[in-house]
Amino acid sequence: MADPKIDGGKRRFLLATSSVLGGVATVATAAPFFASMLPSARARAAGAPVEVDISRVEPGMMLRAEWRGQPIFVVHRTAEMLEDVKKMDPRVADPTSDGSVQPEYAKNEYRSRKPEYLVLIGICTHLGCSPFDKLQLGADSGLGSDWLGGFFCPCHGSKFDLAGRVFKDVPAPTNLKVPPYTFISDSRILIGDDKGAQG
Amino acid sequence: MSKAQALLSWIDERFPLTALWKSHVSEYYAPKNFNFWYYFGSLAMLVLVIQIVSGIFLTMNYKPDAQQAFQSVEYIMRDVEGGWLIRYIHSTGASMFFVVIYLHMFRGLLYGSYRKPRELLWLFGVLIYLCMMAEAFFGYLLPWGQMSYWGAQVIVNLFGAIPIMGEDLAVWIRGDYVVSDATLNRFFAFHVIAIPLALLGLVVAHLIALHEVGSNNPDGIEIKKHKDAGGKPLDGVPFHPYYTIKDMVGVVVFLAVFSFIVFFTPEVGGYFLEHNNFIPADPLKTPLHIAPVWYFTPYYAMLRAVPAFLHTQFWGVAVMGAAVLVFFFLPWLDRSPVKSIRYKGPYYKIALTLFVVSFLVLGWLGTEPTDFLGSLGKTDVAVILARLFTVVYFAFFLAMPWYSRIDKTKPEPERVTG
Repeated sequence: MADPKIDGGKRRFLLATSSVLGGVATVATAAPFFASMLPSARARAAGAPVEVDISRVEPGMMLRAEWRGQPIFVVHRTAEMLEDVKKMDPRVADPTSDGSVQPEYAKNEYRSRKPEYLVLIGICTHLGCSPFDKLQLGADSGLGSDWLGGFFCPCHGSKFDLAGRVFKDVPAPTNLKVPPYTFISDSRILIGDDKGAQG
Repeated sequence: MSKAQALLSWIDERFPLTALWKSHVSEYYAPKNFNFWYYFGSLAMLVLVIQIVSGIFLTMNYKPDAQQAFQSVEYIMRDVEGGWLIRYIHSTGASMFFVVIYLHMFRGLLYGSYRKPRELLWLFGVLIYLCMMAEAFFGYLLPWGQMSYWGAQVIVNLFGAIPIMGEDLAVWIRGDYVVSDATLNRFFAFHVIAIPLALLGLVVAHLIALHEVGSNNPDGIEIKKHKDAGGKPLDGVPFHPYYTIKDMVGVVVFLAVFSFIVFFTPEVGGYFLEHNNFIPADPLKTPLHIAPVWYFTPYYAMLRAVPAFLHTQFWGVAVMGAAVLVFFFLPWLDRSPVKSIRYKGPYYKIALTLFVVSFLVLGWLGTEPTDFLGSLGKTDVAVILARLFTVVYFAFFLAMPWYSRIDKTKPEPERVTG
């Protein structure tokens, strides 16, 4: 079989080195193609922070804004609503938000910088539908007489309380996300940036 | 030698035209006992051609741009000469492709067409099925209706459920933080060029593998075991003219059904074209009820049936993925000494029946909201049913090594029985 005139070791060496180098070149060439599918500079710029005027949200009402193409919910919570959030602790799956996504300053009882203002990304953590706000209490909401206000996702029936915390036994695994945000003044918030002045 | 013959031999000296024709058509010997179930392979190729041709003409007027996509589809429907017909042919073709492929796959389950020596043929087929699902998914975003948008949002978010890298993967797929113009543009590229190329390559591989090992038949026995002096299988007939003529009957009936749908009921009651998709995409408002098109609903029902735990809904995604991938393992799960259902015992017949029932019931559940059958305690009845039939679905595959071995089979005949 083996031809004595052929140097098998040299052949294997050349085969191995050219395969490895060819592989490196292929990966290096593929990299820019993969990178081209990442969000472009324009898409990242569109993800720039947005300013929202919250002075026009009456207590007990909600405002919808848009950041990075996603709906942002801003709820002006009343004192009663904050009481109701406390009452919900035994009914939600992650009351202390340990398994959920929010900035450090929103990882507290009311999941917000200031208790009266709740800021959420209005996208269900199940599969990305946008939940409806159901701020009425009890049977008026259509969600049963023990409903204390919150959000309801029409796609697969996930429910969230007035701190965006997910109920037990619903498809969504975690609480609604809180975006990074900061108060520029008492009446304006900046969504998407939390390097601002106030804490 | 006539001029035509001279031309042919001129070509044959440079390209094996006659040889290819003979080996794949006029001297490809197929078993003589093909029945109704053997129409769907050639029909699948017909639908592929219909989709490619109608698709090419749609791209001439469609605009893959979030601002213009919905309107360009309406433009095709109203202003382009015959545009409505081309679009309805394409949308009907998408659903009919799955009808034909599901029947084609069912034929494989009936007669053990995935068994040795046809394992690779089956694997190529499953890959074709995966490509078709990708093709259908990418294509469904293009009209940029509410269902397009939110369906894509839900499916891309499935990848987001994968631990650790999921979120970044979902952003990479979308090219943005939500489904947007960038997503539409790239899905168009996948739909019109990348996936169709892969699909065509796989179809060629599927056919080469088929013609290498030869077709299976309703008896599940090898016709190559008994050949005449000339080396031709005694139970085989040349594909042309015998099966080309037979398949033409299938084509005529199929096209009659196809045309009826295109001309009289292109939406098929919201199953082929969903009502919500006639509303332009609105990224800030989710429709009340999201369901995929019917051919994905069995898997969608499974996805919804699995609850989240440990702060992740990855389990539902994993079950859904496994439900498709389990088809790859079929050739090695079946341990029966016979291939065809004609000689298999009662266990396989019962298992296959339950499998078909579970596929259909899951498909039905997936088209409806989860609460449409009311609830039992805290859990929706539809979810309980979906869980039950998901178990049945998987049991068909995972228990197969056991029940196919102990099943009471009948002896296979030596020659095909017609």
